[in-house]
Amino acid sequence: MNGWMQHLPIMPVAIPLMAGAFMLLLSDAHRRPRLMLGLLSIAAQIACAITLLGMSGGYLHSNWPDGVGVYLLGDWPAPFGIVAVVDRLSTVMLVLTSLLGAATWIYATARWDRAGVHFHPLFQFLLMGLNGAFLTGDLFNLFVFFEVLLAASYGLMLHGSGRARVAAGLHYIVVNLVASFLLLIAIALIYGVTGTLNMADLAVRAGQLAGPERQLFEAAAAILGVAFLIKAAAWPLNFWLPAAYANACAPVGGVFAIMTKVGIYALLRIGSLLLPTGAPAAFGGEWMFPVGIATLAVGTLGLLAAPQAERQAGYCIIISSGTLLGALGMPGVTLTGPALYYLITSVFALGALFMLLEMVERTQVFGADLLAVSLEAFDIEDPEGPGRSDDVVGVAIPAAMAFLGMSFIACALLISGLPPLSGFVAKFSLLSAALQTSVTDTPSPAAWTLVAAMLISGLAGIIALGRTGIRLFWSSEESITPRLRISEAAPVGTLLLACVALAFWAGPVMRYLDDTARYLDRPTSYVNAVLTQNSSRVSEPGVDP
Amino acid sequence: MEIVLAIAIGVLAGSGIWLLLRPRTFQVIMGLSLCSYAVNLFIFGMGRINVDSPPVINTDLATDPNLYADPLPQALVLTAIVIGFATTALFLVVLLASRGLSDTDHVDGRENRQ
Repeated sequence: MNGWMQHLPIMPVAIPLMAGAFMLLLSDAHRRPRLMLGLLSIAAQIACAITLLGMSGGYLHSNWPDGVGVYLLGDWPAPFGIVAVVDRLSTVMLVLTSLLGAATWIYATARWDRAGVHFHPLFQFLLMGLNGAFLTGDLFNLFVFFEVLLAASYGLMLHGSGRARVAAGLHYIVVNLVASFLLLIAIALIYGVTGTLNMADLAVRAGQLAGPERQLFEAAAAILGVAFLIKAAAWPLNFWLPAAYANACAPVGGVFAIMTKVGIYALLRIGSLLLPTGAPAAFGGEWMFPVGIATLAVGTLGLLAAPQAERQAGYCIIISSGTLLGALGMPGVTLTGPALYYLITSVFALGALFMLLEMVERTQVFGADLLAVSLEAFDIEDPEGPGRSDDVVGVAIPAAMAFLGMSFIACALLISGLPPLSGFVAKFSLLSAALQTSVTDTPSPAAWTLVAAMLISGLAGIIALGRTGIRLFWSSEESITPRLRISEAAPVGTLLLACVALAFWAGPVMRYLDDTARYLDRPTSYVNAVLTQNSSRVSEPGVDP
Repeated sequence: MEIVLAIAIGVLAGSGIWLLLRPRTFQVIMGLSLCSYAVNLFIFGMGRINVDSPPVINTDLATDPNLYADPLPQALVLTAIVIGFATTALFLVVLLASRGLSDTDHVDGRENRQ
């Protein structure tokens, strides 16, 4: 594999970086070139992500051992240089990011990208941070990419401005800055104890620690876990999320649906690498499972109590995080495959829901979607300015109300896990895998707890979303038939169709994800691939290896 | 030496956390700055504390690693300083926007009703 193809693993980071940097050179007045650049960049990212998925999954030719591709940045061999690692897990996340990014970006081009400055560069930098966090094989670079995506998300969170958005953004920024400090403390401690930041090397060296050093390492891993759990919106570290996500503008809320999954990904990745030598508490079942169940419970209660549809969507994100943490906290690997399937489904469904809710809002006279009491109790004022969108011009799609109604039903079915869409497949496979985990004939109490919590949260989801649906579509006496653009309706429709496709091809997808789970269970192939990758540089005189 | 550094980090982090929990945005940003100083010193300390040892290999001296300080934490701390500085500056902008929009410097954008 020579020539340009050998640089493919770094492309998902390089493409949005270049695109975003070029966009900054053009002012906001040059909208058309920016749009073209954005379209090119996103199309290229999808192509790269799918090619990488094919290569690591063995569908396309590659000479990567066991589907693990290692890219040495600056051609220094690990653990001295920085590596980007492409494997089955990271490519799934890359494809997910690029598809969700494409859908939300197209939605944003209809109107929202003009609500403030520099939407397009920030969006590209967000994608760069996400892709980088999924690709990096180095702990400190994980921090750097976290900061890149967070810095971009601060800008996007405030996009459109307005008092509510700034107040929610303030909390969001403070919480994430503190989380970054925790991450830095943990990374520094880990470096101080093990002397390495390369994740593969760390997996080897963590096993050689003993006595007080091991204890210090466990403490560092616990702090690292807390930092990741803040990103993953685990209870009690998730009170910032509903307000922040509900107040962000619709396409930003949609793309934020994958942000909490970055925390889950980091927990899964580090947990998988540390597993053979005994995973520290935060990455194993001891803490992850109870935290997941608590998150699920809090999300369920919040979903039932939330007065606004956007806040309900925020609580749906918390529920999906809780389900994932609970499932990944169960012993063994049988739940990892279904959990990844659930992750893909919930990212698509929640991304679609955020955009859909904004379109549905246009049908409403202000206040119709709120309980009359909550208007007074929560001191909600009629928002004005860029948040309202009655003046949409452009090609309207026919049967707008029917489309909105059907899409809302589809989202509700996906989120609460009812048939026939992929949400049901995800939940059903999670539940059946949970009941099969125990070695004895009877499932463990943990399995029953997870099953009960998931079923109750599904029921609560149906109640809450059904209530919202009735309020939004049926009970309002005066509703405005909205004018929807194709570029707004198509992304939502496509995300939902992707979920239909996931349900239709559930077999092959699940096989791929189960392979991923088995691969994560024996991280030796990852470690070997990273540590044995030789640099392609011919050794020059004077350069001591 | 170690005890002085440890106390300094502790004082910075403690005052930083106390300020972070205060209700005024200015106190919060001071708290964030103090916390970031504490974290930066902590990263620096993780490279072990050496006196009079350069982090770059000097060809005139011996190449015994004991004579040199670990350069990696120093590089990390530089990155962390730059990132922390940028995000604090960004937070300052949001703080001013919040002050302008809500006419109060309370972190919730409104005063507590008594």
